[in-house]
Amino acid sequence: MDVFSAGDTAWVLICTILVIMMSIPAVAFFYGGLSKRKNVLNTMFLSFIAFAIFSVIWVVFGYSVAFGEPSLWGFIGQPGDFFLQSMGINDLSGSIPTILFVVFQLAFAGLTAALVSGGLVGRMKTKAWVIFITIWAIVVYLPIAHWVWGGGWLMNMGALDFAGGTVVHINSGITALAVALVLGKRKDISLIPHNLGYAVLGAGLLWVGWMGFNGGSGLGANGLAANAILVSNIAAAIALIVWCILDTIIVGKPTVLGAISGGVAGLVAITPAAGFVDVPGALVIGAVAPFVSYFAIYYLKPKLGYDDALDVFGIHGMSGIWGAIATGIFAAPAINEAAGLLYGNPGQVWVQIVSVVATLVYSFVISYVLAKILDKALDGIRVKDSEEITGLDTNLHEESAYNFN
Amino acid sequence: MKSVVAIIRQEKYPDVKNALTAIGCEGMNVSEVKGRGSQKGIKESYRGSSYCIDLIPKTRIEIIVKDEGVDTIVNAIIEGAKTGNIGDGKIFIYPVDNVIRIRTGEEGDGAV
Repeated sequence: MDVFSAGDTAWVLICTILVIMMSIPAVAFFYGGLSKRKNVLNTMFLSFIAFAIFSVIWVVFGYSVAFGEPSLWGFIGQPGDFFLQSMGINDLSGSIPTILFVVFQLAFAGLTAALVSGGLVGRMKTKAWVIFITIWAIVVYLPIAHWVWGGGWLMNMGALDFAGGTVVHINSGITALAVALVLGKRKDISLIPHNLGYAVLGAGLLWVGWMGFNGGSGLGANGLAANAILVSNIAAAIALIVWCILDTIIVGKPTVLGAISGGVAGLVAITPAAGFVDVPGALVIGAVAPFVSYFAIYYLKPKLGYDDALDVFGIHGMSGIWGAIATGIFAAPAINEAAGLLYGNPGQVWVQIVSVVATLVYSFVISYVLAKILDKALDGIRVKDSEEITGLDTNLHEESAYNFN
Repeated sequence: MKSVVAIIRQEKYPDVKNALTAIGCEGMNVSEVKGRGSQKGIKESYRGSSYCIDLIPKTRIEIIVKDEGVDTIVNAIIEGAKTGNIGDGKIFIYPVDNVIRIRTGEEGDGAV
């Protein structure tokens, strides 16, 4: 029986606001700072518009498609509650109001859409992005959220994803890669941040926001929430340190961009595991994440030649894959009952691999096909060469970020 | 009248300013510029990729002087800016047709 808890409700309200902060401004500043000076406004706009679009979709029908009951073949929820009309403000989901759960999940959905934009900055038409992310939200995000969290087939298989390793990070990472492949390489693929300070600010806000992202995913103010925050912070910290060590070995010095990239990679990796693992597990998950993401960025990306501009696949996709599988290895029954490989349940690793592969394949195929269709329908989803060279801020928005006035 | 333009290391600007002040030269235009020369570029690394940044930030100083003051100014700039290494910069001297003080309308040497 559901019983209202003011403490749980207050905590999840705070976490909801923290997750909204992760999209706007955190992702906007993180990506905006890493982009070129001439594209900073457009880069930030991509995050804002994506978050706004998904916010509207979520309340019109998105929530009921992702979490509606009954589940239709384990693929999507029953899309019956348009505009949340059947939901009262005192209805409960566990110990919190259902509408709070709705807006908490809205923040996750909007963040995922914003994350995708990092792979395609500097070269995509505004119209193409708006149409793409609207359709993608409906046909990719909503089903995957249902599979993993809304009573769908992966949830029924026993897949563990505490806060979105598959739904948010693998999903956004592989989508970014798919769109980047359709768009092709930018004319200038160098990653020379125009304002690394913005990126540091964004990453710092992400780190803080992530405590709500993971800490709120248990939907209660309790020891599980505290554990989620503890292990999330530990994973981020060790990953930051390890990335700095890798930088020192490979390029001779620790770099600030490396440090924040490491922190984010650690947070990504611990996301699915935050409600299932203890401190030693978190340390290992965080320490391995930089190796996985560094390999993708430093070796895989140049080798395969794709232009995932701000390394969304490299950091979110790859560390997300590691984290999802690692959850099946390190899940400790003492934390949240679920047991992983190290606690006598090797089958959990297999379930996690299935969830990873399913997310990768479905998200990539649908995103790639959708981008291809739009490429044909819109006479290209990429801006003109002249617009790309002179910058998207002035050409697509008639604004520039920095003026002498 | 001459325009003395010096492109110097950013970190040497205080020394040049002090050297110019010591000879009684207070007026100057200072701007941040980027350029390239025999110093080549500087290496920057982002996420494992190294880039040669071949436009190096420098400080540009412009001073308008009477013809007879050029050598003194040039020597003061050299004294302040010189390290003996590649990248110390260059000094350019241009003729100036006229100088007009906006406030009073004075022209020529009197306006310098």
